[in-house]
Amino acid sequence: MDEDLIMLSALEHYSYCPRQCALIHMEQSFDENLFTLRGRALHEQVDEPEGVVEKGVRVERALPLWSNRLGLTGKADVVEFHGETPYPVEYKHGPRREKEHDDLQLCAQAMCLEEMTGQAVPKGAIFHHSSRRRREVEFTPVLRQKVEQSVTEIRVMLASRTLPPAVNDARCKNCSLQDSCLPSVTNEKKRLQRFASELFTVSTPVQEER
Amino acid sequence: MHQLLNTLYVTTPEAYVRLDHDTLRVEVEGETKLQVPLHHLGALVCFGNVLLSPAVLHRCADDGRSVVLLDRNGRFKARIEGPVSGNVLLRKAQHAAVADSNRTLTIARNIVAGKVQNVRQIVLRAARETDDPQDSAQLTDTAQALANTLKLVETAADLDQLRGFEGEAARRHFATFSYMVREERTVFQLNGRSRRPPRDPINALLSFLYVLLLGDCVAAAEGVGLDPQIGFLHALRPGRPALGLDLMEELRSVIAERLALTLINRRQVTPKHFVERPGGAVSLNDDGRKEVIIAYQKRKQEEITHPVLEQKMPVGLIPHVQARLLARVLRGDLESYLPFLAR
Repeated sequence: MDEDLIMLSALEHYSYCPRQCALIHMEQSFDENLFTLRGRALHEQVDEPEGVVEKGVRVERALPLWSNRLGLTGKADVVEFHGETPYPVEYKHGPRREKEHDDLQLCAQAMCLEEMTGQAVPKGAIFHHSSRRRREVEFTPVLRQKVEQSVTEIRVMLASRTLPPAVNDARCKNCSLQDSCLPSVTNEKKRLQRFASELFTVSTPVQEER
Repeated sequence: MHQLLNTLYVTTPEAYVRLDHDTLRVEVEGETKLQVPLHHLGALVCFGNVLLSPAVLHRCADDGRSVVLLDRNGRFKARIEGPVSGNVLLRKAQHAAVADSNRTLTIARNIVAGKVQNVRQIVLRAARETDDPQDSAQLTDTAQALANTLKLVETAADLDQLRGFEGEAARRHFATFSYMVREERTVFQLNGRSRRPPRDPINALLSFLYVLLLGDCVAAAEGVGLDPQIGFLHALRPGRPALGLDLMEELRSVIAERLALTLINRRQVTPKHFVERPGGAVSLNDDGRKEVIIAYQKRKQEEITHPVLEQKMPVGLIPHVQARLLARVLRGDLESYLPFLAR
């Protein structure tokens, strides 16, 4: 793959946590697990009945997407073609999350579709697997601007080849990359320095039993 | 924390391992002896003449499950790997660190400190637990010598010196190792380490446990994307898993040596589990190996608290966590490598 291309999924990761994005797209830590899981889930979805789809709407699944202008590449779970107008639908397995991460990724898909087809893509939707609900997303100028900005930031981050520091906040609990990230360790410099200094200290012979 | 998966050890000669849907089936003379779901297995280790179907090899490569081939005595022969995993940036950082003598020394020094601390803990513990005042005195002496060595380790000016101190610590430790043995002391007498081949039962037992542990340490290094051949304490030599040996250094006493002592002192391993060849080479026999493997697997399942992570985990995950901590040091996230210290 071209050095400068950024995966569409990186936008969502970056929006959630820049370090998560770097771990996956730069460090490639444990990405196999993550991607195999995602891939498997995606395949399972292929057989999902799409009750909401109206007659006359053409549905493409796992559609390759790209943008030369933004240097993006990836796949859309589902793109519906309402007439000529593409309408991306992104599937989310979990319960509803903060929507900005999802919206950003979806909007980037729309921007790819616009470049690929020459058609305006004003709207798309997030399909929540657990609640079986769709939430429509409008691709506003503000959201588009956010995509452009994120792509630039991600490119700078990946080019720097340095990992942003761990955050160790509420996000970490739901993160699949904890093993690799070690958030509790990497942001506790003081405690670790104590460990390092104790390394050469001889403990007294009287030890507590384990 | 990720799950600690089982390792399947196939020790029966002429066993045939085949893929049956999502399970492994072990057949001996056409009869199914064992069937294990693949998702329970993190690795497959085969001793001697065990046959593996190509489907098994393909599937294990696909899933990133390592397949290790050992000879009948447990000596490493080959590892079958899938596509290169991991991160070229991490490997590059690893190469850069090993080319920098200061960084190499700092990492190696912490590894040796971890080793000496852990050895000292098992020696002190044995000294506390014995009823024999003479044994206790000998072991306390060793503990004191190890404490002195630890001070020297801190001041080691280069790798050669450091390796010298490490060797000295090991020599002292093994000189009084037999004082920790409470059963069959005439048979389980260790007069210094002997390897290639081991020349007494304790050496045979330790060597075998070290092979098992080394396999896990190499797998841990590879699992986090490190190059298992690029080590800091251990000199680079073709075919030598120097980093695997580095990761093992601090864990030898905690995992292998303590288990060896437990097996002997609980009479789970007795003189009948060994064979002596003409000339004096000693190895475990088939029953002995089986006994040790089962005990090793059990030991890996035991829960401990990792002091740095402040998290409970099975012993078998320690090499993986340590490899991860090292990777974080190499990528600049952590200031210094922190070995695992047993409490």
